[in-house]
Amino acid sequence: MSAFVGKYAEELIKNAKYIATPGKGILAADESTGTIGKRLSSINVENIESNRQALRELLFTSPNALSCLSGVILFEETLYQKTSDGKPFVEILEENNVIPGIKVDKGTVEIAGTNGETTTQGFDSLGARCQQYYKAGARFAKWRAVLKIGPNEPSELAIQQNAQGLARYAIICQENGLVPIVEPEVLTDGPHDIKKCAAVTETVLAAVYKALNDHHVLLEGTLLKPNMVTPGSDSPKVAPEVIAQYTVTALRRTVPPAVPGIVFLSGGQSEEEATQNLDAMNKLEVLKPWTLSFSFGRALQQSTLKTWAGKKANVGKAQEAFLSRCKANSEATLGKYSRGSAGGLASESLFVKGYKY
Amino acid sequence: MSCFISKYADELAKNAAYIGTPGKGILAADESTGTIGKRLSSINVENVEDNRRALRELLFTTPGALQYLSGVILFEETLYQKTASGKPFVDVLKEGGVLPGIKVDMGTVELNGTNGETFTQGLDGLAQRCQKYYEAGARFAKWRAVLKISANEPTELAIQENANGLAMYAAICQQCGLVPIVEPEILVDGSHDIKKCAAVTERVLAACYKALNDHHVMLEGTLLKPNMVTPGSDSPKVAPEVIAEYTVRALQRTVPAAVPAIVFLSGGQSEEEATLNLNAMNKLQTKKPWSLSFSFGRALQQSTLKAWAGKEENVKKAQDAFLVRCKANSEATLGTYKGDAKISEGAAESLHVKDYKY
Repeated sequence: MSAFVGKYAEELIKNAKYIATPGKGILAADESTGTIGKRLSSINVENIESNRQALRELLFTSPNALSCLSGVILFEETLYQKTSDGKPFVEILEENNVIPGIKVDKGTVEIAGTNGETTTQGFDSLGARCQQYYKAGARFAKWRAVLKIGPNEPSELAIQQNAQGLARYAIICQENGLVPIVEPEVLTDGPHDIKKCAAVTETVLAAVYKALNDHHVLLEGTLLKPNMVTPGSDSPKVAPEVIAQYTVTALRRTVPPAVPGIVFLSGGQSEEEATQNLDAMNKLEVLKPWTLSFSFGRALQQSTLKTWAGKKANVGKAQEAFLSRCKANSEATLGKYSRGSAGGLASESLFVKGYKY
Repeated sequence: MSCFISKYADELAKNAAYIGTPGKGILAADESTGTIGKRLSSINVENVEDNRRALRELLFTTPGALQYLSGVILFEETLYQKTASGKPFVDVLKEGGVLPGIKVDMGTVELNGTNGETFTQGLDGLAQRCQKYYEAGARFAKWRAVLKISANEPTELAIQENANGLAMYAAICQQCGLVPIVEPEILVDGSHDIKKCAAVTERVLAACYKALNDHHVMLEGTLLKPNMVTPGSDSPKVAPEVIAEYTVRALQRTVPAAVPAIVFLSGGQSEEEATLNLNAMNKLQTKKPWSLSFSFGRALQQSTLKAWAGKEENVKKAQDAFLVRCKANSEATLGTYKGDAKISEGAAESLHVKDYKY
């Protein structure tokens, strides 16, 4: 084959397909220590290990929430953490048929000579690290590449660098038993319209899939985590149906049918926006050879975080808020979400200009 | 959009989707004068314009055949020819619900420094030619790029040149209202196995779709005409189900869902082989967001040609043979072919010619 079929091939295909199960999606709980610090400080909670552990325990032990999830992406620290009763998080997830995943990139650095464009680090010892993570129970990985829209951006250099990086990361993961989530995020920042976002997204995705082919990546054992196609953050908003139309068209033009599932990032969208957009895509009557689901971080956790506010007494209510978003998004993957039914603080925009993870 | 929105966008998408109608496919009757000469000489018929015209009239006026076709690819000469009673071929086709297409490439030339690899000519003045063809009634075009498998082939140079050529041709066609059929043929010649063919096909198709994206081609208004994935001509044959599995998998890995239809070339396969393979693909239970159909030349005409032998009194017999193959392939696009087509003399005959030059 053009694709590398190693000893993990069947397992990769099986796991990728499972993560793409209709009705389920991914909780992105892989905020690095620095990033989770920002979340915690927004609710006046100290950024120490036990608080980070308490937050993730709250999420993973929410009654009935795990049935809406097929995977959870973890930061390295969390992969080895336990509940306060001493049960490893990985076990809780596995017992509830949720596949543990692991963020393996090491953040972005600027590409010299560009206007603030970046490439992603994390290749050193990546193979060895993946092996360690596999032993610890991880079965998929995530690597975030970032591109921005500007008068001269994204440049061909930035597109090529990030596409090559994603492809190299992907094949290393597959060599070591981890399904790679390929994430080429095109930031929403900017005054551009939805057509511009669509054009850039199509160009970027075409480059990514050419690179994946060049690097012999087995597409059946991968997932895609793209941005939705939307107007820029400084442009007027449009209806979910419009976002759905442009997004699905872009994906139909670039993502080969061999990819089992597409799990959208939420970017700066509010919880409710993200759910409505996903729902609209699944309601769209057009042929979609991959499932369309979620891999949300902020858009699953925002109201939960606010409700918790770091207090033990609030855990039950916070878990209800979390379950509510999980259910809403699960329904959205089936095109069955009723607008606004999940309520709460869900409409607050989560957009932060020039967002650094 | 990443793609250039031509003023013909809606028409292109509509015509491309129509060509992919389940139950229909394309007759490739675009043999150049030189190539049709070889066919005619194989049945001892002189290669003069009237004989070329008579052959095509035989095909286009076969009672009941046009319902199984959504398109016919023509050579330039044929686009302007008429039936013996004076009716333009283009009108015969249109009335039969068949879109006329036109071969626009000008053959292959060798790439210097390679081991016999080629690229395809025909870009000069292509837009003007396409406009003329549109005025004459053509609604789709075809351009054949050729690659081969060998120890060191296809090279990256050959892949890039051919992918780029296909993309430029496709963009120009769309500006002029013609749906471009993108044909990156990987020759079957060689002793390689089916896995090698699959690997090369995937690599070539990935390069093609990257190039089409670079050139702002609107995929919804294109068709793909690839080779099936098979063992090399010097390797043992495999079952249609195996060919189906490798072929569809290669396409799943490379052809975006926006492409409405894939119309296979028959290469050197016999009429029956080509039909059985197409049928097996359509029976396969797996993700196929594009329809899978045919764009056959030899695999639709071989027994017809033999039955005709250039004689007026054989026309009916020849038309019967043609109808049989059209119907069989129509069923194959639906996965309902039972292999029971009345096998005329020649239907099982391999049509492989080593290092075939069109």
